[in-house]
Amino acid sequence: MENIIDNVSEAVDRATDPKVGSGGLNIIIATNREASLSAAEQVSVAYGGGDTMALAGVPIVVKDNIATFDMPTTCGSRILAAYTSPYEATAITRLRAAGAVVVAKSNMDEFAMGSSTETSAYGMTRNPLDPERSPGGSSGGSAAAVAAGITRVALGTETGGSVRQPAAFCGVVGVKPTYGRVSRFGLVAFGSSLDQIGVFARTVREAAAVTYAMAGADQYDSTSADVPVPVAPAEIEAHRGKTLNGVTIGIPSEYFPESLDAPMRARCDAAIEALRGLGAKIVDVSLPHTSLAVPVYYVIAPAEASSNLARFDGVRYGPRAADSIDLREMYENTRTRGFGDEVKRRILIGTYVLSHGYYDAYYRKAQAVRALISRDFDKVFASGVDALFTPTTPTPAFKLGAVTDPYEMYMSDIFTATANLAGVPAISIPIGRVEGLPVGGQFITSHFDEPRMFQVAAALEATLGDEAHS
Amino acid sequence: MAVTETDVRKIADLARLSIADSELPAMAAQMNSILANMDALTQIDTSTVTPSVTATPGGAPLRPDAVAPIPMNSTAQLLAPESRDGFILVPRLGTHEDV
Repeated sequence: MENIIDNVSEAVDRATDPKVGSGGLNIIIATNREASLSAAEQVSVAYGGGDTMALAGVPIVVKDNIATFDMPTTCGSRILAAYTSPYEATAITRLRAAGAVVVAKSNMDEFAMGSSTETSAYGMTRNPLDPERSPGGSSGGSAAAVAAGITRVALGTETGGSVRQPAAFCGVVGVKPTYGRVSRFGLVAFGSSLDQIGVFARTVREAAAVTYAMAGADQYDSTSADVPVPVAPAEIEAHRGKTLNGVTIGIPSEYFPESLDAPMRARCDAAIEALRGLGAKIVDVSLPHTSLAVPVYYVIAPAEASSNLARFDGVRYGPRAADSIDLREMYENTRTRGFGDEVKRRILIGTYVLSHGYYDAYYRKAQAVRALISRDFDKVFASGVDALFTPTTPTPAFKLGAVTDPYEMYMSDIFTATANLAGVPAISIPIGRVEGLPVGGQFITSHFDEPRMFQVAAALEATLGDEAHS
Repeated sequence: MAVTETDVRKIADLARLSIADSELPAMAAQMNSILANMDALTQIDTSTVTPSVTATPGGAPLRPDAVAPIPMNSTAQLLAPESRDGFILVPRLGTHEDV
């Protein structure tokens, strides 16, 4: 029982170490030692009393756009600087019930809009493996927390790849569950048809345990799915050390363009050979609308964001600008002072594509192409492919400040946004390094086939062993 | 469909944001650069495609039309900047006449 309290106390120590605070890697936004130790004591008593808990005493870092009672929820924005939620996310409630203890909230791109964790109002986060480089984004703080060893697991959120891309950049496992697998209640909305809470972990097994602990239908989120939730450890253990005989893995040509760097391709080729060695049948497939994912995503996500962020107006949320002479000016002053440049840019793009005269040309068109992207996946999985394997990102972690053009930054999501648009689950795992920087390999499966996704990822993880981090 | 500085001002007004005159040229240029990449979508024939509004297989589900009480750890009054007698106080706006 004391181990639980000690483990949590040590995790809080690591989270409050100045090296990971605002003067260092800038991974952590908030901690609450008293609340974390109190929670640890409760878990310790319940666990000692015989309660079955899948995550008893597991310390966890949570991205700062997921609502928690005992720490602020700022979304990395000035406009929510003083905000603490009066309710908790269902995912947090379920993780607490499973015995997990929240030890810190992590830095993120403002309102999850970014791919580098450079747009946070609280300053950029640095990659623990190379502080001159980005940890990726928007969940860069949580990815860095796991990479830096603050905790073994952390929560992030995805709208277009914001867990898998930072997981690849930081050399850890990153999971985006099927849309609907995990309740979005208490996740501050960005793109409601795309958002999902995801998981960072040191291993696939731990990622599966956390994913399943927070999964399942929720009365507070009508888009959460009433689909049976597998039992994580048993499922992963059942496949440990087993071959992939009878499993068909598709290699989509669109994710391996001529422009893909040779060292990245070589790492992916080695992983594919490892999968073949495990007995998997490797087949070439095509997802022909892949190149349209980024344009589609950057119409739909800003459109939904422009609507969702209307609530930050100084009345419903945000400190109201007191020096305004009328309501209209108060709205404008509050929002203009509270939002950063990238958030404003996306609100403007979203408002534009939804405005009269442009709705059909942009928004409706993007929704139609989104349907084609979904069909690509449906056809491939219907043809007998069990899982797809791709690189997670086109490049390893880039240097902080190196990407200044907004659309060039958006292209970081080119291999990840498709899964969000189609709603299918995906996982990134480390598959090696290029010039010392981690490279991620991605598995994508069909809706609610997380069991297959974790199976193939765990098999490759076990086969690569130390090679995945060298 | 080039976005002009006048368009940016109008869009910002719709979005309840203020863009300084000095920032308009750069914002218009950035929006045009971003939207130019969206033009690839116009090359795709979607005349027979039903637009997808959700990532949920089978479309957007309906929920029961019933109130589900949310567990809160504070009352609405405690959340408001000011309250009195169970009511939330809001600031008097400059356009209101004094009473």
